[in-house]
Amino acid sequence: MASLSRRGFLITSAATGVTLAFTGASEALAHTSAGAGKTFEPDIWYRIDGSGTVTVCIAEAEMGQHVGTALARILAEELEATWASVRVEYVDTHPKWGTLLTGGSWSVWSNFDLLSRAGAAGRLTLIDAGAKLLGVPASSCRARDSVVRSGKKSITYAEIVQRGDLSRRYSPEELKHLVLKKPAERRLIGRETRALDIPQKVDGSARYGIDARVEGMLYARAIMPPTRFGSRALSIDDSAARDIPGYAGIRTLEDPSGTAPGWVIAYGDSFATLNKVVSSIRVEWSKGAAADVTEQDLLDRAEQLIRTSDAGSLMRADEGVDEAFASAARTLESTYLTHSVLHFQLEPVNALAFEKDGTWEIHTGSQWQSLILPTLAKALGVPEEKVVMRTYALGGGFGRRLYGDYAVLAALAAKAIGKPVKFQCTREDDAQLDCFRSPSVQRMRMAFDATGRITGMEQHAAAGWPTQAMAPSALSPGLNGQPFDQFSINGADHWYDTGKHRVRAISNDLAMRSFVPGWLRSVGPGWTNWALESFMDEAAHSVAKDPLALRLELLKPTGRNAGTSPNSVGGASRQANVLKRAAARSGWGKPLPSDTGRGIATTFGQEREMPTWTACVAQVRVDRQTGVVKVEKITMVVDAGIIVHPDGARAQIEGATLWGLSMALHEGTEFHHGQVRDTNLNTYTPLRLADVPDLDIELIESPHTAVGLGEPSTTVVAPAIGNAIFAAIGVRVRTLPIRPEAITALLRA
Amino acid sequence: MSIAFELNGRPVDLDLPDDTPLLWALRDHLGLTGTKFGCGIGMCGACTVHLNGRAIRACLTPLSAVARNRVATIEGLQDHPVQKAWIEAQTPQCGYCQSGQIMQAVSILEANPDASDADIDAGMTGNLCRCMAYIRIRKAIRLAALEMKRTRSAGNANG
Repeated sequence: MASLSRRGFLITSAATGVTLAFTGASEALAHTSAGAGKTFEPDIWYRIDGSGTVTVCIAEAEMGQHVGTALARILAEELEATWASVRVEYVDTHPKWGTLLTGGSWSVWSNFDLLSRAGAAGRLTLIDAGAKLLGVPASSCRARDSVVRSGKKSITYAEIVQRGDLSRRYSPEELKHLVLKKPAERRLIGRETRALDIPQKVDGSARYGIDARVEGMLYARAIMPPTRFGSRALSIDDSAARDIPGYAGIRTLEDPSGTAPGWVIAYGDSFATLNKVVSSIRVEWSKGAAADVTEQDLLDRAEQLIRTSDAGSLMRADEGVDEAFASAARTLESTYLTHSVLHFQLEPVNALAFEKDGTWEIHTGSQWQSLILPTLAKALGVPEEKVVMRTYALGGGFGRRLYGDYAVLAALAAKAIGKPVKFQCTREDDAQLDCFRSPSVQRMRMAFDATGRITGMEQHAAAGWPTQAMAPSALSPGLNGQPFDQFSINGADHWYDTGKHRVRAISNDLAMRSFVPGWLRSVGPGWTNWALESFMDEAAHSVAKDPLALRLELLKPTGRNAGTSPNSVGGASRQANVLKRAAARSGWGKPLPSDTGRGIATTFGQEREMPTWTACVAQVRVDRQTGVVKVEKITMVVDAGIIVHPDGARAQIEGATLWGLSMALHEGTEFHHGQVRDTNLNTYTPLRLADVPDLDIELIESPHTAVGLGEPSTTVVAPAIGNAIFAAIGVRVRTLPIRPEAITALLRA
Repeated sequence: MSIAFELNGRPVDLDLPDDTPLLWALRDHLGLTGTKFGCGIGMCGACTVHLNGRAIRACLTPLSAVARNRVATIEGLQDHPVQKAWIEAQTPQCGYCQSGQIMQAVSILEANPDASDADIDAGMTGNLCRCMAYIRIRKAIRLAALEMKRTRSAGNANG
């Protein structure tokens, strides 16, 4: 299955799409910087100039995870380069880079080996060349801090690059067999450092997509249609706009790619002008069918699909599930809901597009250039090689910029008016264009025997599927032959031994017709863990067990939960370990004041194939009168294997944890007649500084494969809070976000 | 019409409609892109700049309101203790809101270097950080406050 998964697909293409053979110095002359002489470019991922400066090429998007720092540290570690000599460069969409995608918390995990070997090969080449220059055998040399030494003789990398013979080539096979450093020999990985991208972010000089400009460009905005699909402009009245100085026209888009056909674009000579223009334009629309659809309709349809037993795709289908339930002494069943959530990345989506010498240039921040390039080419009616995307920092990604619909709008807007165009969303436009997180419904069932042992479990999840909407070729085949979006059900295939297990993923067809469901930080685990970890709590209370104790009982590293090398060594025992640590740190079991409680939740992160073992304890106090939940403290323990950039790792966990809190208590919107109801901060209310509780974070020291950190902590906070509310006041919340009125209603019931 | 004001210590003169938001005048006409656009309704703080030393939201401030006044943007800060603290605490993630966060923090601390934690929370809560780097925003402001107090008392002792 892995080979057909999106990640499998990506990793395969990344491995075959790049050349690691050494090209020697001649080809690198194009990169020679003034005065530095020759340049050593061992492969596409880095080069060293005659001054010793190492430039590492970063094919991942920088969106706050300091990815360039982590990836460059991995390479510099094996290269034995002085960290101060390392800089990073973010690449454009040349085919040589292979698949360009930043998501899934994959960046460190998927690049660790590749960059380690690239660095090691460079070091060996420099040692060989340095040994010749020193007149000593290579075997007597070692490299450290960008210097090759043999006894008392030494030569710097800079000098070797200037004078040495660096023509040694390594085949992919040779690279595979290079011996990498042992953990104890590491000098950069796991050590504290400052992120390379931070200085530009405190003096205002970092360049985001919104800062891109070109001479003679017009600004453009879409007149947002009433529905994402199927809306048609019947008439356009721009008579009032014509009196506004700087108004530059209006066009209806033709879009062979089908991304935004018939959308109406207004132009102006500045964004300030354009905003006046857009509010003065009147468009009469024929609306698409989603104009009649509400959030409740979406949830109702999801419930209906769950009741339809042959709907959807089976991700797990153990023999004997039905028998386990039929012979159960007792069963437990609950339904969990999550409402729509906006990405609300702070930089509203935008892109600059223009044609230059027969090539279309798209200047924008993107998390998945490789997905949108073919669409851009189709929209513009040009071959793919005639489109290039230029890279900028992202003012937030969170999965929003995996979908490049805004780049298509920019390109089409530029083509329609024949000038360079900066397509820019206002905040409200951004929310309406957002591929927000679909609402979801899940049915959970559990079977117990007469002794209270769990003998069977079912999880049925219905939601709009992002992968079906935006990258359908990356759907995975289910066990019943039906395709499924693994990103919309990951998490349900947990590491607990709950007997016979059935997991069913259902695409909500009404959601698919009504909007573009998006990948939002963690994607499916954002809802699957809400249901799973709340339900495990219900299960524990139903058999009068401590919720921690029950989980530990069920997390046994045997059978399918034993774990496999290299990614999940230790299996369920590592999930049990983070749970124990989180419990110990949080004072689990110690008495608390009235109406105050602790809740525990755990996850293996994004995917079984790349588990990030994560456990969370939330301590909350609930005001019974108002229903307001105050989160006093969150404890988060994470085992992500080797940690490359510890401070950056902690930053990701801090941000992901607070994201989880924000989505649990502060965010959430509703689909309302074709649009999301909340489009700006007057009604959409993410967590603010004053709401931040105490955070206690522990990263487990681990020698195992480095996995991912951007997402996992996000998904455990809500169930930990829900479970803490139950511990505090004895009511069970089953809907996200958790609203005070829901708490008071539950208390009255 | 022509609107003159002082920007980061230098005189500027813009020929723009006087209802043009200061944010777009800065970004599109003066090329100072460090000030960011987030919400357009004054509720995210990404566009925070100083008008006569006080933090304001540039997206809601028309040029008419800044005529003959002093405006300072992130580009006008030079190794300010708040910026140094921001690096020390490794505060930014995506960084998009950080110019606004820093300008807001500078105005709080310059008005009151003894700002309490409650003052800081209250003063910063209008600035959204979508990456939720709040732990480090708080930490950086405390670091900067200490440093600003230290230099102030050193200055007093010397003077």
